[in-house]
Amino acid sequence: MTQPSLWRVFEPKWRTALQRIREERSRGGSGKLLLLVGVGTLFWLAVFRVLYVILRYFRGVEELGPLLAGKLLGLVLLSFISILVLSNVITALSSFFLAKDLDLLVSAPVDWLRIYLAKLGETLLHSSWMVALMAVPILTAYGVIYHGGPLFAPFAVLTLFPMLVVPAVAGSAVTLVLVNVFPARRTRDLLSIVALGAAGGLILLLRVIRPERLASPEGFRNLLDFIAVLRTPTSPFLPSEWATKAIMTFLRGDADPLPLLLLWTTAAALVTIGAMLHRALFASGFTKAQEGAERFVRGEWWRWTVGTLLGFLPVAKREFVLKDVKLFFRDTTQWSQLILLAVLVVVYLFNIKALPLHRGEQVGFFYVTLVSFLNLGLAGFVLAAIAARFIFPAVSLEGRHMWLLRSSPLELKTLLWSKYWVGTVPLLVLALLLTGLTNVLLQVRAFMMVVGMLTIGGLTFAIAALALGFGALYPQFETENAAQIPTSFGGLVYMMATIALLGAVLRALWTAVYAYVRAVYEGQPVVVDAWMISWFAVAAALCAAATVLPLWVGLRRMERFEF
Amino acid sequence: MIRLENLTKHYGSFVAVDDVSLEVSRGVLYGFLGPNGAGKTTTLRMIAGILRPTDGRVSLGGDDVHANPIAAKQRLGFIPDRPFVYDKLTGAEFLRFVAALYGQEGDAVDRRIAELLEVFELASWKDELVEAYSHGMRQKLIISSALIHRPQYIVVDEPMVGLDPKAARLLKDIFRQFVSRGGTVLMSTHTLEVAEAMCDRVAIIQHGKIVAEGTVDDLRRQHRAGDASLEELFLKLTGGAQVRELAEVLGHGGGDGAP
Repeated sequence: MTQPSLWRVFEPKWRTALQRIREERSRGGSGKLLLLVGVGTLFWLAVFRVLYVILRYFRGVEELGPLLAGKLLGLVLLSFISILVLSNVITALSSFFLAKDLDLLVSAPVDWLRIYLAKLGETLLHSSWMVALMAVPILTAYGVIYHGGPLFAPFAVLTLFPMLVVPAVAGSAVTLVLVNVFPARRTRDLLSIVALGAAGGLILLLRVIRPERLASPEGFRNLLDFIAVLRTPTSPFLPSEWATKAIMTFLRGDADPLPLLLLWTTAAALVTIGAMLHRALFASGFTKAQEGAERFVRGEWWRWTVGTLLGFLPVAKREFVLKDVKLFFRDTTQWSQLILLAVLVVVYLFNIKALPLHRGEQVGFFYVTLVSFLNLGLAGFVLAAIAARFIFPAVSLEGRHMWLLRSSPLELKTLLWSKYWVGTVPLLVLALLLTGLTNVLLQVRAFMMVVGMLTIGGLTFAIAALALGFGALYPQFETENAAQIPTSFGGLVYMMATIALLGAVLRALWTAVYAYVRAVYEGQPVVVDAWMISWFAVAAALCAAATVLPLWVGLRRMERFEF
Repeated sequence: MIRLENLTKHYGSFVAVDDVSLEVSRGVLYGFLGPNGAGKTTTLRMIAGILRPTDGRVSLGGDDVHANPIAAKQRLGFIPDRPFVYDKLTGAEFLRFVAALYGQEGDAVDRRIAELLEVFELASWKDELVEAYSHGMRQKLIISSALIHRPQYIVVDEPMVGLDPKAARLLKDIFRQFVSRGGTVLMSTHTLEVAEAMCDRVAIIQHGKIVAEGTVDDLRRQHRAGDASLEELFLKLTGGAQVRELAEVLGHGGGDGAP
């Protein structure tokens, strides 16, 4: 029997993607597309600009310049490959074992190699597209600064492609082995914890060793030592090092085909080994993946603790909150992200602690106040990102259960209320902790402490409301994976709206804070006058409007949902 | 009484339900029949308040489902065709959650949960997460959830799908008892034998319009069908030509193994 082509096996996927684009277009989605392209281009330009400035500086440094540029590229590609291994392991679990089209593919007379290649391609595409897009402005900057010429672009693609294939094969193989040991659903739980734990550990390690010190040659005994360190490959057996070598050799105008040869032969060899492993283990792994996670759960603990604590609420609200809390803590893919969050908070505070601020009395005060003030924006951005991950998907995740909620006498207001507070309370605790501790570490005065705490409080209410409101405006009812929801178009619009709010609130507060700084700096008494209060009022009004409006719009939108 | 007045639903230019009017009296088990895509599920979802009609109104016991939803929905139990339940709740927790949506809690609810789980043979699974339940078990859980608050009206979309013969029989008995105590059931089904055996009245919908309504005997009389079965009547009313075409297709495409 003639086997279907790979293109044919892939057909449901690409046809679905095409259809989505068509639907978007018929819904007048060209505005969306323009916005996405605009934001993407801005981001690319920003990355390009940063790299361009750094590389131009490197080029001006005799001897060391090219070495530094190579080292930088090596580090970038190494971090890419580390991220790719982690994301491929998780993506491979979905595409090889949990995807909806597997029943059809496995039951059809399609041979194992085609299934393997189709699924490997799917894994590669899903896990690597972001890294590939990110590489474009970075490599463009290298090409422009080192005059790569018109052949550099195809050469870069030729180099990068096998570098992306290697982690995809490795990730798929790891998943294949794991699924044969544990059931797929348990593996997913396990992987979430391991992956996030590893990512958290990596971030912590990178921060604690303070790489910024390694970048300054003053710390080395002499220049030769420093050059010796730069010349040593970071990881000679990793494809990222070969890719770096290939690119830097090309840019220097030398001809050394070895790195490229290494990349392609390794990728080909790994695909072959991966295919053999797939042939041997896929059938048994796929069978195991059908097993459900059998777990007896006693929910009494939640009823006694959270249930009792919420005893003052009407029963519908109480049970709704209780349900959301249980769902969160029973889903390993959800709660395990708290590990990463905890690490990020530690790194955040570590960075604040590492700032060299307390050098002179007056300068110290000015910079401390400035950092404390700007920290509100940064903390707000961190909170917005957290809300995007945890609050934004809240309405979408109810999509499949709307039959129950809409056919019951539960008011949508109650639903929105519960979702809002389940998201806002932990976010508020985190916000106050982050701002309070930062201000303590910075040793700010009482005025900035009060302004900081009140502002971040107000911002948190608004950020949570924006996340929920935009989540209701741009729901993703078809997506089962909560992690994919924030990366949708709605998520982008939400982040842009939140950044605009942060900018507006900080702008309003700046006038008041500047008056305070000037008074202290000039040794005058700090007077909270009508002028100052009016700016505080503007900031408060902005936060209040950004809280009430999105919730109201979200509620109206939910009333029009059709299922 | 469940009353539909000139109920209409458009999806863009497509008319899914077209000016449907219907009355289902107290104590009646009413069958809602029709081919795939005829508009049954859309109609039931509008009755349950999940979809908003483009035009017309639905009332349950005199309360408009869309103008006065809380009062109307208090009396309703809805059983959808696809059993989507929160995977990370246990069966007992899910039922307690549903009871809370109807404002019910306390020992009486706990006793009711235990009763329903016992009746549907889910008692030994009550502390297990729903993600481990089979399709049929989920369906039983959803049926239990529709009964937890003692509704007056049950609207049910394809109730027998996924149920084992014992559970299907149990469900038929429950519906009959529910109706005999004054409750009302509006049920869509493709299982015409079930409809013929159970339903007091039926309506057949096609292309969004009701093409026949009454008792099975009424339909036979109206369409001069003699003692034809409901299946034959259904095929006559909804275009049974496709069935003959299907036989021809199977005959041509059966391959070597076909008789």
